[in-house]
Amino acid sequence: MIELSGVSKAFGPVQALQDVDLSVRQGELFGLIGHNGAGKSTLFQIMLGLLRADSGHIRIHGQTVDDKRFRPIRRRLGYLPENVVLYDNLSGLETLRFFARLKGFDPAQSPALLEQVGLQEAGARKVRGYSKGMRQRLGFAQALLGEPDILFLDEPTNGLDPEGIRAFYQTLSALRERGMTVVITSHILAEIQQRVDRLAMLKNGRIESMGSLDALRQGRNSPAWIVLTAQPGAMAALAPSVARLAGCEPAIDGSRLSFPCARDDKMRLLRDLSGLAAHILDIQVREASLEELFLGHVE
Amino acid sequence: MTLALQWQPIRVIAGKEFRDRIRSRWVLAVSLVFTVFTLAISYFGAVSQGTVGFQGIEPLIASLVSLSIYLLPLIALILGFDALVGERERGTLNLLLSYPISRAELLLGKYLGLALAMTCSTLAGFGLAGLVVVIKLPMADWFQYAGFMVSAVLLGWVFLSLAVAASAFCASRTAASGAAIAIWFFFVLVYDLLLLGVLVLSGGSALGALFPVLLMLNPADIFRILNIFGPADLHTLFGLLSVFPAGLADPLLLGSIMLLWVAAPLGLAAWRFKP
Repeated sequence: MIELSGVSKAFGPVQALQDVDLSVRQGELFGLIGHNGAGKSTLFQIMLGLLRADSGHIRIHGQTVDDKRFRPIRRRLGYLPENVVLYDNLSGLETLRFFARLKGFDPAQSPALLEQVGLQEAGARKVRGYSKGMRQRLGFAQALLGEPDILFLDEPTNGLDPEGIRAFYQTLSALRERGMTVVITSHILAEIQQRVDRLAMLKNGRIESMGSLDALRQGRNSPAWIVLTAQPGAMAALAPSVARLAGCEPAIDGSRLSFPCARDDKMRLLRDLSGLAAHILDIQVREASLEELFLGHVE
Repeated sequence: MTLALQWQPIRVIAGKEFRDRIRSRWVLAVSLVFTVFTLAISYFGAVSQGTVGFQGIEPLIASLVSLSIYLLPLIALILGFDALVGERERGTLNLLLSYPISRAELLLGKYLGLALAMTCSTLAGFGLAGLVVVIKLPMADWFQYAGFMVSAVLLGWVFLSLAVAASAFCASRTAASGAAIAIWFFFVLVYDLLLLGVLVLSGGSALGALFPVLLMLNPADIFRILNIFGPADLHTLFGLLSVFPAGLADPLLLGSIMLLWVAAPLGLAAWRFKP
């Protein structure tokens, strides 16, 4: 569906992308994360054919993006840029109609799209009067014109309130059920960690790691955290026993105590802890979050 | 850059540009400027000779040509200087280019939409005034006035093309506006002074046969020549152009050169506006 091989791009002395290999499968929700300046936006622009790579190949639906035969493929793509800017002098409805015509689709689909993103009441108002969140929703509606089969979303929840974020991911989920492929970037890692099928971590223009969240955890051998809540008055007896079983001193916070545990040692430890059940009120096992993986990766 | 242009996206972009100018009342405002100036010139054009009132088609056109040479390029340059760089600076360019439209089609769509707005303003402005002033004149005068309007449209197209080229070459709106002002100064004020200076200093011998060619290198001069040849009375009103050989003053030839002046900056802009 989307294939990149050996893609490099430099801006003067700055190497924005180095030898990037990437493939996104049909129907996949693929996350692209990295610190500011890691090369995410450059990669997005190269995938969309807005920038020309210095070397390497980029194919979408089997077609090279800077080939003139790529034009029909563009009709099947949707793009929401970071901090989307639209035309202030047009209304929301006029904006969608303009972009629908530009894409070669019937502008009559525009009111339904406005409704889909919750802007039906504001459709006749000029974009200059929209809040940042409304602009973002209009930008999302713009990306959905013509029912694209690949969506490129660059920081799509920027400026959205919690309700807007929830509605956005509900829409995205419905679109995925119809087989849409989505490439998404976000700085809010907690937001995307439960939603992406796979993701790539970019650092200084290189893909440092790529795979499902679970594969990334395994690849980094990042420990799980076990959090125990002690029965009232049982902490004094529980802590030394846990230290002995875990092989490390647990951190104690009130009635809770936590300690890291190697992923392949997790089941053994849980079995052993069952022997201390009389002192334990609750057990939680927490895997490393995407944010923890990312911060570990950046460091 | 591929030359296989598709009309549909060009039409959509051109339509938006044109509608934007209609909605912002730009077309109306510029039309009114042209109408008011034409009416004022037709009535007060001979006030320096101690008379007022309509003095005939030749003095009217001579005055209008003098006015248009300053006004039309300025308006066209203001209209077009941010056509591309404005989209880039606002952040809408990448979104547009993610659609099924080539850079050449975007450029052409922008130009055609703005050119249509410019054409409507010019024809409506001068045409309205023409209806008032020229209505009672013989048919030959009508044709002459219509010829002036067509040449005015061409002049607008040329400077709009130069403005769009400036927009493609400059990295910011500020730089593009500076380039537009420089273009106006050069073609409207500086170029003829330079030619005259060389002619005067050399006693008229320095440029020789090159002189008419050099005039062709300034679209404002071509516009002048287009309007002064024909009525003999007008020759005396333009000192510099009285030395222009009449044989080269074929309106079709001059019109074609104006069209080249439209195409060349657009071609340069298309070359510059590559990814």
